Amino acid sequence: MSNPAKPKIAFYWCASCGGCEEAVVDLAEEILGVLEAVEIVLWPCAMDFKKTDLEGLPDRSLNATFLNGAIRTEEQAEMAHLLRRKSQLLVAYGACAQLGGIPGLANQFMREEILRYVYEDAPTVINQDRARPQSRFTENGYSLCLPQLHQVVRALDQVVPVDYYLPGCPPTPKLTQAAIGALLAGTLPPKGTVLAPDMALCEQCPRKATKPADPRFAEFHRPHSLNLDPEKCFLAQGVICLGAATRGGCEAACVNGNMPCTGCFGPTSRVRDQGAKALSALCANLAGKEEPAIAQTLAGVPDPIGMFYRYGLAKSLLRSNVSSPNDPKRSYV
Amino acid sequence: MNPVVNKWQPRIVAFFCNWCTYTGADLAGVSRLKYAANVRIVRLMCSGRVDAQFIVAALARGADGVLIGGCHPGDCHYAEGNFKMLRRFELLKRMLADLGIEPERVRLEWISAAEGEKVRRVINTMTEQLLRLGPLQLPQRRAEWDRELEPVSAATPTQSL
Repeated sequence: MSNPAKPKIAFYWCASCGGCEEAVVDLAEEILGVLEAVEIVLWPCAMDFKKTDLEGLPDRSLNATFLNGAIRTEEQAEMAHLLRRKSQLLVAYGACAQLGGIPGLANQFMREEILRYVYEDAPTVINQDRARPQSRFTENGYSLCLPQLHQVVRALDQVVPVDYYLPGCPPTPKLTQAAIGALLAGTLPPKGTVLAPDMALCEQCPRKATKPADPRFAEFHRPHSLNLDPEKCFLAQGVICLGAATRGGCEAACVNGNMPCTGCFGPTSRVRDQGAKALSALCANLAGKEEPAIAQTLAGVPDPIGMFYRYGLAKSLLRSNVSSPNDPKRSYV
Repeated sequence: MNPVVNKWQPRIVAFFCNWCTYTGADLAGVSRLKYAANVRIVRLMCSGRVDAQFIVAALARGADGVLIGGCHPGDCHYAEGNFKMLRRFELLKRMLADLGIEPERVRLEWISAAEGEKVRRVINTMTEQLLRLGPLQLPQRRAEWDRELEPVSAATPTQSL
């Protein structure tokens, strides 16, 4: 099976939805060219492979690992370390590995709150014994173990050093292919680079010409509440679009589907905290000059964290909820 | 050693606009008004320059509170910069509350160049409020959470790049 001439590649997933795996499959017939050029030695989503096989490989014997998903459990952290050790290059593939992604939104709540809700308090749960999953369990002499949830969700580079980032939810086939091509040709940029254009999505947006210079928002609409004009800039229609605070390279996929950008490509290199930056840029352009008028406009943003940190909470400057789990002020619904 | 020195003191990062609030702080100085020494002032040309990133960065790096000072509405040297700050502040407040940060930790005040007394009052009251709230200590809390990563790192050492 092993061919020493071909570069060895691994795909792995952690806390993710599987969409990034789908993105690899979305290479469609191009994947045949990739398979010709590389040897895939680990891809749990598509091929049978065991952890012991990976452990048996010499260190740094994989040319590159594309890891998608955030790090939420002990097991994921362990696999991230193992893959880091076995790989020359580790690529954070997709928004969850790069920024924490949608799973990172769980950082709004403490671990205990999440477990209590899911196993005890959710209206659909019947659990009179208040049983919770334990990390170790023995039955008839068989011992089972489950990985523990971490206190917080982390992006991959908050756990192990990462060489490259492929952004997106999921990354586009074009960017994936370009990255694999650069890897094979040895033309990768300096380590730490995000493998997508370093410019805001607005620069590449087909609706750029209709972007208002001075929007003066008086009211925000949510996309489902309007008949959206398929040609006009979303901001001109009073719909929040994060294109101005988000890296381009997605080929404006959402905009072309007549939906505003929600920020999955993360910030450009000039921005440290995408959510805070997006909030600053958007709010500066409100029409109101006094608190009541401003508050009325901002009522159109019912969930600022979900709006501005939809993919980036884990990697944001604040990273998570900061209050203590025993704080009586904390409530969850 | 003086026991007062060892007592925890809040650290406030203040972003003051050049034209009004910073000049007001200057006036407080030349008027020999005494205010709490807990504030570290960063002078910006306008409160409209205060990106929400600056505020969360200050908190994330160990500030217990952030104070923003700008010109009174209508007095902005650049006509509308202070309104930009006010609008950001209104949404940022809600966002910080969602992340468990008490509203008293971030404060926006309009202070003119003539209001040295207000500089003193705002800094003193904010320092008192933060003393009551206690430390935020985000870097320490992060370090504590990141300790959960240690057993894994020790078991499978990662080579440096």
